[in-house]
Amino acid sequence: MNEKPEKLIDKKGLRLDGRKPDELRPVKLEVGVIPNADGSAYVEQGKNKILVGVYGPREVHPKHLALQDRTVLKCRYHMAPFSVQERKSPAPSRREIELSKVIRESLEPAIFMEYYPRTMIDVFIEVLQADGGTRCASITAAALALADAGIPMRDLVVACATGKADDTIVLDLMDEEDKLGTADVPVAMMPNLNAISLLQMDGKLTHEEFEKAVNLAVEGCKKIYAVQKEALKAKYVGIKEEEAEE
Amino acid sequence: MPTFFEPKQIVTPGDLLAEGEYIAGENTYVEDKKVYAARLGLVEYDNKRVSVVALKSFYVPRAGDIVIGTVVEVGFNSWTVDINAPYKAFLRPSDVLSRPFKPQKDELSQVLNAGDLIVAKIVSYDRSHDPQLTVAEPGLGKITRGQIVKVTPTKVPRIIGRKGSMISMIKEQTGCQIILGLNGIVLITGKTLEDEQLALTAINRIENESHTSGLTDRITQMLKEEKSKQEEQKE
Repeated sequence: MNEKPEKLIDKKGLRLDGRKPDELRPVKLEVGVIPNADGSAYVEQGKNKILVGVYGPREVHPKHLALQDRTVLKCRYHMAPFSVQERKSPAPSRREIELSKVIRESLEPAIFMEYYPRTMIDVFIEVLQADGGTRCASITAAALALADAGIPMRDLVVACATGKADDTIVLDLMDEEDKLGTADVPVAMMPNLNAISLLQMDGKLTHEEFEKAVNLAVEGCKKIYAVQKEALKAKYVGIKEEEAEE
Repeated sequence: MPTFFEPKQIVTPGDLLAEGEYIAGENTYVEDKKVYAARLGLVEYDNKRVSVVALKSFYVPRAGDIVIGTVVEVGFNSWTVDINAPYKAFLRPSDVLSRPFKPQKDELSQVLNAGDLIVAKIVSYDRSHDPQLTVAEPGLGKITRGQIVKVTPTKVPRIIGRKGSMISMIKEQTGCQIILGLNGIVLITGKTLEDEQLALTAINRIENESHTSGLTDRITQMLKEEKSKQEEQKE
């Protein structure tokens, strides 16, 4: 493993990877990467690489889990054994089960759950490489995959984390900042509806710091949202341009 | 009462389409007198009606629809049919046999077996009941030959074309019989394999380029070119 860095922010106010405190890591999003799935998306955010597949709405198995008035959303967040420096056991850990729940709950408000009763939507999230903020990147990609599957939604869900590193509020934590920093605030939101669907915090922040962190996260979310929309359209815009050339 | 997009522009879920006294059409929803998109698609403004033509969707059963399905299970007194929808459909023997069904005498698997493809009509469906099928009408029943293609259900109207212009053109050019299941499954039966293949490529091309304009002309041209190529090869 690398040596622990002494400081997370240098004299110039730049972070370990040269970003400013309010700067995002480069985000790359792509939809329709798994033809077998009904909907799919792939995200790269910094060194994070995450693949999401969506199936459904389809019949519920086991049958007794079906709800008579709404669809059942199932999420599975999973980290590949090779996604981190030290091999991660492929069995679902406590953390993965919790993240699956958290991601499911942040996506639920965006979906019209009552449209298709007695069905189930499966969301499979596979983290291929992890570098901090995987839950946020997973939510962003999962929302895209759901939209790609043609599931009616109120809005896309975008997520972004802020945190505190060396007494500074920073946007989009990477692994070192997540581990060595003093606070982590993941925020998921639906920007068009201006609604927050996930808000967590661990570590210590004052009231003012917390407010600043949330506002910064919202700004970050809006930036990613623009990328997300472009990615969704890109699948079809390509064909349109081809036609124009003819 | 403004609208926020050009007609036929691509919108994503959550996009604000119109504000004020508008009627929410397909794939949209209203909140506080504002109409938002609920699916990825192309906007359409028709008078006061705002709708989105989805680029990708799944089939939701509706009574009266003609669909193509696969028999997946033979039960004691019904068949279970996969109709490419979130729900499994059921088919009763009394709708298949022309005489009364006698459980002691009739073996259902001899009439329709698992894996058989059928053209059927949806008789009933609602939120709390799975769709019910029938084949007791002319043109419905077991499929014995031809080829099957799957397309996105929302693109079936595009394959039909305006007043059936596209589909009748393909039928005419290829000499194939085509049955369009509204659930996005298409059956092509032609005299030769080449004819079927030609119709197949045409349909696949429509699916990929469904949101572009002037498609019928381009497909006609493509079919004519392909046909002349085939004839050259024969010579």
